[in-house]
Amino acid sequence: MSEYNFAYLDEQTKRMIRRAILKGLAVPGYQVPFASREMPMPYGWGTGGVQVSAATLTPEDTFKVIDQGADDTTNAVSIRKFFENTAGVAVTEETEKATVIQTRHRIPEAELTEDQILVYQVPIPEPLRFLEPRETETRKMHSLEEYGLMHVKLYEDISQHGDIATSYAYPVMVQDRYVMDPSPIPKFDNPKLEMSAIQLFGAGREQRIYAVPPHTKVVSLDFEDYPFEATKADHACDLCGAENSYLDEVILDDAGNRMFVCSDTDYCRSRRAAGHVGRLGTEDAA
Amino acid sequence: MIELENVSKSFTLHNQGSAVIPVMERANLKVNPGECVALTGASGAGKSTLMRVIYGNYLAASGRVMVGGLDVARAEPREILALRRETLGYVSQFLRVVPRVPTLEVVAEPLLAVGVDKAKALDKAAGLLARLNIPERLWALSPTTFSGGEQQRVNIARGFAHEYPAMLLDEPTASLDVTNRETVLSLIEEAKARDTAIVGIFHDVEARQRVCDREVNVSQFTPEAA
Amino acid sequence: MTPLLQVKGIEKHYGARIGCKDVSFDLYPGEVMGIVGESGSGKSTLLNCLAGHLDSDAGQVIFDTRADGPVDTLQMSEPERRMLGRTDWAFVHQHARDGLRMSVSAGGNIGERLMAVGDRHYGDIRDKAIDWLGRVEIAESRVDDRPTAFSGGMQQRLQIARNLVTGPRLVFMDEPTGGLDVSVQARLLDLLRGLVREMGLSAIIVTHDLAVVRLLADRLMVMKDGHVVEAGLTDQVLDDPQHAYTQLLVSSVLQV
Repeated sequence: MSEYNFAYLDEQTKRMIRRAILKGLAVPGYQVPFASREMPMPYGWGTGGVQVSAATLTPEDTFKVIDQGADDTTNAVSIRKFFENTAGVAVTEETEKATVIQTRHRIPEAELTEDQILVYQVPIPEPLRFLEPRETETRKMHSLEEYGLMHVKLYEDISQHGDIATSYAYPVMVQDRYVMDPSPIPKFDNPKLEMSAIQLFGAGREQRIYAVPPHTKVVSLDFEDYPFEATKADHACDLCGAENSYLDEVILDDAGNRMFVCSDTDYCRSRRAAGHVGRLGTEDAA
Repeated sequence: MIELENVSKSFTLHNQGSAVIPVMERANLKVNPGECVALTGASGAGKSTLMRVIYGNYLAASGRVMVGGLDVARAEPREILALRRETLGYVSQFLRVVPRVPTLEVVAEPLLAVGVDKAKALDKAAGLLARLNIPERLWALSPTTFSGGEQQRVNIARGFAHEYPAMLLDEPTASLDVTNRETVLSLIEEAKARDTAIVGIFHDVEARQRVCDREVNVSQFTPEAA
Repeated sequence: MTPLLQVKGIEKHYGARIGCKDVSFDLYPGEVMGIVGESGSGKSTLLNCLAGHLDSDAGQVIFDTRADGPVDTLQMSEPERRMLGRTDWAFVHQHARDGLRMSVSAGGNIGERLMAVGDRHYGDIRDKAIDWLGRVEIAESRVDDRPTAFSGGMQQRLQIARNLVTGPRLVFMDEPTGGLDVSVQARLLDLLRGLVREMGLSAIIVTHDLAVVRLLADRLMVMKDGHVVEAGLTDQVLDDPQHAYTQLLVSSVLQV
């Protein structure tokens, strides 16, 4: 695969993307426009995240990809292979060993460090889009900090569902300035947005990059009488017994039997390797 | 209280060959507090025109129209509005109200407009409506559906709710029965007793003689035919 | 008394054509001024210039702000002007759908301005929304319905509630009763009149309907070809019009 430039994109494009990333880091939460390229995969499959990863990776990096927390789904496998082929970087499924982690819809359970970069795939970067379709208007609202509309969305949630029913892509205020869509991560992950690692967000179709630098203040929006709550299924993982990890529900049969398992497959595997066992788990799993 | 000096009024009909119709010239009139002056003259002589000029409804072409120290002919709209709110009342022949507003509130409105406490205003309105024999069951209804006589009495109650220092009365006793006519005349007498200056048009000769101190024939202000 | 709004020499051109020119007036607290004229007379252009929706070519629109006293709003920065538009000013559009968020419930529509100025207590916001629905005569049970399910008259009343909830001091209205049935108009006018009185609002109402201004406006400005041809007390202008155009306008109304 030596015909490809390192990490597929040409150097000029990577420079352009890096400039957008640096600007994003300088203005946390601000959506920086960038000239998104055609990638050898359809929009919606993570073209934004892939471009950010391509511009971020160095030959010494170790790369990990997760999709809804799992390393072994088609999307995650494809993107991991893509960079294995075009960049020749080392890959891993272990969160601790990775230096760059591209993710779709989750933040890993293991706490990330300042030596790591988390790259999010973002479908719709504009948190105000739901209520205000005009891009000109939403940009103005960001520049003038007119965020009343964001609470209208939460108001609508409560009035229709009795509480804030938004359970993913839950809007946050970054460093007391920009309202940001954290990508469709479950709101359970929102508190983790304040972390030591660098967080980069790429939206390929929408041509936007934004970022949250390490240790940046990230507050989930809420009402005084309906405070933000990071929720998860009220179970422990049936495989590893973890009680504070985000869970996927798996239907087992048509008799109503189901199991709950960690959505973060690496987290679950490492716990079971360390001897933790859940309700349906076996000693010798993974 | 009310003083007109050399007031003239003409209408220019721009859409009818710019015809200029002079209707009043050199009108002079002085009404002191506590005095009631009746305007007389044949129909079309300009009684209503003169009243409207005093009220600021018609724009005087020249001269001064002083009411309570304000020259109505030259005043700003808001000054005239304040004058009408505080100083100058006008009881017209017809009631003009917004639909859906209950009679009691229609009558209390001039009091509310000058800042009288709501309960007090409604109380006073109720007293006036009772005096003018408007049955209590009608008070909560809009007067728009009332008979002509009832509307006229509501109009009078509204006109006398606030104690204006100056009043214009246009046929206040027209189409009233004996009892109500008597009530209206005593209302006028009470107003005079508290030093209200009144200008009125009374076709009812007896009423005129009873409440008016003097008569001014407006024919003298009618311009010579050009 | 300081005028709430002082308009000086407002001028707006569309290329060589005059939108409005030499418009000056003072509006005092509690005053309601009507602007009448036929289509194309410049009345909507003027209203939009005053409200800052259109850039004026010349002139000043000086508003007596709560914090700093009289300030020329045309010289304000955009954030300041938009803040004014959410707090002390309100704009009622002719078409309710221009002033409402059609995909948001009635309660959310009313609550938006509250949340925009920092209200963060859901229960309080909802209580205020319900209170305002009542004041514009919409049943409390409709608070979670979207305006798409409302009649034209209800939508217009909702728009008014949404605008007045933050207690503005100046309301701009562009043909607020346009496109409504006569009976619905009467109810709306009555409601507006009550609210204007009760809240001590100042308002500038653009309309071509003389009955609307007779009922609502203390003062009247008559516009033709972008110029003010006559101004004064509403009943004086309507009963004793001085300018040829006003006479034509008044005599064109069918008597009922």
